[in-house]
Amino acid sequence: MLELQGIAVSDGIAIANAYCLVEPDLSFEKFFVSDTKSEIKRLQEAITQTKKDLQETLVMAESKLGEEKAAIFAAHLLLLEDPEIVGAIEAKISNGMNAECALHEVSTMYIVLFEQMDNDYMRERAADVSDVSKRLLARLLKVEIPDYSRLSSDIIIVAKDLTPSITAQLDTAYVKGFVTDIGGKTSHSAILARTMGIPAVVGTKNATACIKHGTKIIVDGAAGKIIVDASREIFEQYEVQQNRYLMVEQKLAPYRSLASISADGYRVEIAGNIGKPEDVEKILEAGAEGIGLFRTEFLYMERQRLPDEEEQFTVYRQILEKMQGKPVVVRTLDIGGDKQLPYLELPSEMNPFLGYRAIRLCLQEQKMFRSQLRALLRASVYGNLKIMFPMIATVDEFRAAKELLYEEKKRLVSSGAAVSETIEIGLMIEIPSAAIIADIFAQEADFLSIGTNDLIQYTVAVDRMNENVSALYQPCHPAVLRLIKMVIDAAKQHGKWVGMCGEMAGDKVAVPILLGLGLDEFSMDASSILKTRAQISKLSKEQLTAHIETILKLATAGDVESYVQKHLTSAE
Amino acid sequence: MEKDFKITATEGLHARPIALLVNAVMPFEAEVQLTYKDKSVNMKSIVGVLSQGVAPGSIVKISANGPDAEPLMQAVSEIMSTKGIGEEC
Repeated sequence: MLELQGIAVSDGIAIANAYCLVEPDLSFEKFFVSDTKSEIKRLQEAITQTKKDLQETLVMAESKLGEEKAAIFAAHLLLLEDPEIVGAIEAKISNGMNAECALHEVSTMYIVLFEQMDNDYMRERAADVSDVSKRLLARLLKVEIPDYSRLSSDIIIVAKDLTPSITAQLDTAYVKGFVTDIGGKTSHSAILARTMGIPAVVGTKNATACIKHGTKIIVDGAAGKIIVDASREIFEQYEVQQNRYLMVEQKLAPYRSLASISADGYRVEIAGNIGKPEDVEKILEAGAEGIGLFRTEFLYMERQRLPDEEEQFTVYRQILEKMQGKPVVVRTLDIGGDKQLPYLELPSEMNPFLGYRAIRLCLQEQKMFRSQLRALLRASVYGNLKIMFPMIATVDEFRAAKELLYEEKKRLVSSGAAVSETIEIGLMIEIPSAAIIADIFAQEADFLSIGTNDLIQYTVAVDRMNENVSALYQPCHPAVLRLIKMVIDAAKQHGKWVGMCGEMAGDKVAVPILLGLGLDEFSMDASSILKTRAQISKLSKEQLTAHIETILKLATAGDVESYVQKHLTSAE
Repeated sequence: MEKDFKITATEGLHARPIALLVNAVMPFEAEVQLTYKDKSVNMKSIVGVLSQGVAPGSIVKISANGPDAEPLMQAVSEIMSTKGIGEEC
């Protein structure tokens, strides 16, 4: 039995076969073949096998994705039968070149040809040729290529890291857990796991090296543990635990339809964070009272060009309608930093998190920004929309962004379009400079939303993606808590509401402090909503507030955590 | 034998309509060429036809040569009209 330890990022127990996402090794040698006939036969056999693979993928894709989207695999099949391609490869083999090398030379020629065409659509076809030749090359080398769109049984994904492009292809119905070599609490895979409500352990360093594809493993999300080659007793133990875990979830079920009220009757709002329209169902099912953060980046990612206004309008409208008048806080485009768009061609930066991103980029790329604002304004009549701007460092930026919004609103209204008159405009407080002058922002904004992931990163000067310093990423660092207090006090002083939409809002150590400080809105992933509501229902706001002065004088994050555990776990 | 077709598919000859056309001519023995802007390619080759980048509204010439050229041409005409790819002119 082998136990691996990583960072616990999403609770729950998963027991399933490991599915290793490893880039297959497709390296090959160039050599001279004298028996060209049998080399051609080897090529043809590999083509036949690859065709069979593709036909299976095609059938599966047709039932899962529909005929339209599956058509791409039909085109891939034709590439394998293409007389020009196959003929060219065979000609090279007849001259004594080995099949792998001949395939590589011919496919490269077509890839270059398509890449040079002056039409986006044709350039994308280069990817098709490359995809098919990869499959064929793998068959020639007898290397297995994992095909993540072709899952048919429950699996646990094991990967070095999960990129958004891989997860977009995953058939999430079968994914029961994630294990990655690198990453931390806020890496893409961690956030995705919490959204999906499945366990995940990240930062294991060597999971991909230790876990074999197809072996049955156990992921203990709460303990950050992975067990490989477990005995039958261990499996049974974990199955019992898994059942117990499900029962706890059932215990939380009654909170689904309850308001979020502390033991002493103080009312707060618990909202959900979403990244896609499909997440709306998940947070509503979990009992969210609104959306505290809608990350609009998905509209811009995984595609070749900017979305047009109409497409955005449709998505915003759909979400607002689904929420039926509950508040929906939309964050305008937060791209740059670790999130890049291939079609924007932003220069690479030494310090992307301090660079050209989010509102800084939007205020420059006005055409793109205005189209998002227009789409939001037009959708505003379909629900309770609130708009917030990310990465605001100065009051000037906030004023400039508001100005653009008002300009677009005026234009829409004079062209006869319907726009809501009650849209609240706020900003993310995620840069220390904004937190420090939150009292000024509170006079010019309708609300403030504290984005803790970045606020912590910028306050403690720690790259949250870097595992060597991830221990410094401390939500309960006294400096972070003092900044949060400043922001909440500033909002209250000016009669504005204040929310939090970072991971911290659902953190069981932070929740009592935030409630004591008077936070109005807690926005979090679907999986944390009921736990947090249950926790708040057992806490007394008044008692917590009495502890705040003492907590803010503690020296370390560790001191804060032990203080909370000792004194603030439930109302006395 | 040869025939001219006006391409009516809204995006021109993209992978999907090409896949339909290539699949239609594949079973025939006859050689078949698609000519666009004075350049001819083997119509049984998806990369060949793709590389032509045929725009919507343009005219292509399809010429078939061989024992079953006639049924091949009929198959092409049928796919063109039933799938809304193009019309004879």
